[in-house]
Amino acid sequence: MMKKVFSRPKSLKPTAFHYCPGCGHSIIHRLIGEIIDEMELQEKIIGVPPAGCAVLAYDYFDIDMGEAAHGRAAAVATGLKRVLPDRVVFTYQGDGDIAAIGTAETIHATSRGENVTTIFVNNGVYGMTGGQMAPTTILGQSTTTSPGGRKEKRDGHPVKLSEMLAISDGSAYIERTAVNSPAHILKTKKAIAKAFRYQVEKKGFSLVEILSACPTNWKMSPVDSCKWIDDVMSLHFPLGVIKDIGDKKDAH
Amino acid sequence: MPKVLMRGNHTVAEAAVRAGCRYYFGYPITPQNETPEYMADRLSKLEGGSFIQAESEIAAINMVIGASMAGGRVMTSSSSPGISLKQEGMSFLSALELPAVIVNMSRGGPGLGNIAPAQSDYFQATRGGGHGDYRTIVLAPASGQELADLTFEAFDLADKYRTPVVILGDGMLGQMMEPVAFRPDVQLRKLPHKDWTLTGARGRPSRIIKSLLLDPVEEEEHNWKLMRKYEKIAKEETRWETFESDDARMLVVAFGTAARIAKGAIKRVREQGLKVGLIRPISLWPFPTRVIRDFSKKVKHFFVFEMNMGQMVDDVKLALEGNAEVHFYGRPGGIILTPLELSRVIGSQYNQKRLG
Repeated sequence: MMKKVFSRPKSLKPTAFHYCPGCGHSIIHRLIGEIIDEMELQEKIIGVPPAGCAVLAYDYFDIDMGEAAHGRAAAVATGLKRVLPDRVVFTYQGDGDIAAIGTAETIHATSRGENVTTIFVNNGVYGMTGGQMAPTTILGQSTTTSPGGRKEKRDGHPVKLSEMLAISDGSAYIERTAVNSPAHILKTKKAIAKAFRYQVEKKGFSLVEILSACPTNWKMSPVDSCKWIDDVMSLHFPLGVIKDIGDKKDAH
Repeated sequence: MPKVLMRGNHTVAEAAVRAGCRYYFGYPITPQNETPEYMADRLSKLEGGSFIQAESEIAAINMVIGASMAGGRVMTSSSSPGISLKQEGMSFLSALELPAVIVNMSRGGPGLGNIAPAQSDYFQATRGGGHGDYRTIVLAPASGQELADLTFEAFDLADKYRTPVVILGDGMLGQMMEPVAFRPDVQLRKLPHKDWTLTGARGRPSRIIKSLLLDPVEEEEHNWKLMRKYEKIAKEETRWETFESDDARMLVVAFGTAARIAKGAIKRVREQGLKVGLIRPISLWPFPTRVIRDFSKKVKHFFVFEMNMGQMVDDVKLALEGNAEVHFYGRPGGIILTPLELSRVIGSQYNQKRLG
């Protein structure tokens, strides 16, 4: 008799991911699926995918999902949550979606203390459109629109969105993690679970920023990409808890 | 139902709440600020009601999208420059087949323009200012009472066809106080069940609301589906009013505030024995094309009056298919003509054509 030790979370559909080899999205999707199962949220959660590589997230999650225009996920989530305050609502957004075109929606949803959760996948490039410079591209990093590496005088500085949101009195919990090693993946899972738990406890806005590899557009092997997150990217975007109101009843 | 004296911007808000609207998201802009102000107070006193002064028109329309996905009756309002910002969301509402009501108390433009009443957003409203192949139902009230009635209808039409509905007024309709009688309150529980909303996949398969259709075959099928819906709307929901049209030798075509001025002008020229009537499109899309075409069998002179440089006149010409002469008179920029002034222009045109 064989014992089953590994299976697909039931909140993920039996559909193969389209993501590139070494991409972090598949890992993050799975972590969210496991947490939805463990917290028994499948029947009361609504997800809002972004425009970007993860736009097809609704093909993978077996939960209710509603599309948002590029950058508008926080506003769409706000509308959903105002009608259904007892459901769990989350957005899944990339760096361009959340920290460039959707900055205003994100900052104000945070400031209002909207009781929603955001999973912010930071891979430092616009992946779907072919590797252009993102708001989170670090100085010196080459992309198709920052040839020769991002230069502050020409291209400006990267945006540290999580730190900006932590200043807001409306945010309850913000942590930056990574999915480039088993230890980091486990930490990410804990962070996502905590973010959802805070929402269930009605504490206010919660966000997990996840440093995630994009080997295709970084033009590195998956192994080198994981190493680059440790050696370079996380120096600019340090991992750890950025904001946690802890036992306080809510963020306000 | 007793009549109350109300400012148009309050009328549309009160009618919305009575029609079951419990969610309002908007951003301040003159001349429609009284609508969000009224909603902020009214919805805070209603169980389950939610009002947000959004950070932008873009955020507001996307909150509308979220609330509509969740099944709520939801509204936003703005004025011309703000409506430009909402166009992205209106394209998405159309593609996602989500009901919503969008009020435009329009003002002079382009650009910041001014805050005076104008009708220069006709193209934007009827052609769909956003991207892609879509149509929006556009209702154009001409009085406070009609503003109230059409607001009720707008919510029903939006739900019935799962499509955004625009109420196109102007600064005058928004600011003017008029007596209004409201219809009986809509009972939310008695409204038809929506079997497509996102509420959490409890006791049913999970649902997706999306507009991304990468396969051209799928996208074309979606476009056909929308098209069939628009054809049904055009067939069943065209609204218009005629006035003094039976024996008319010249027909004025005007909507909203301009139509109201035109009625006054027509009364004056009628006193002088001029046989002039009015066709007032109430739904700007669907446009009363058939009605105008039918009139052209006996009336050969049409006089289009708009508070813009000539936008609806294109639809009148399309309807007439060259079967009658079209004269256009427009006053843009927020100029409000008096009925007397307009009667002189109509009279002079009538006499020039030797219709008397």
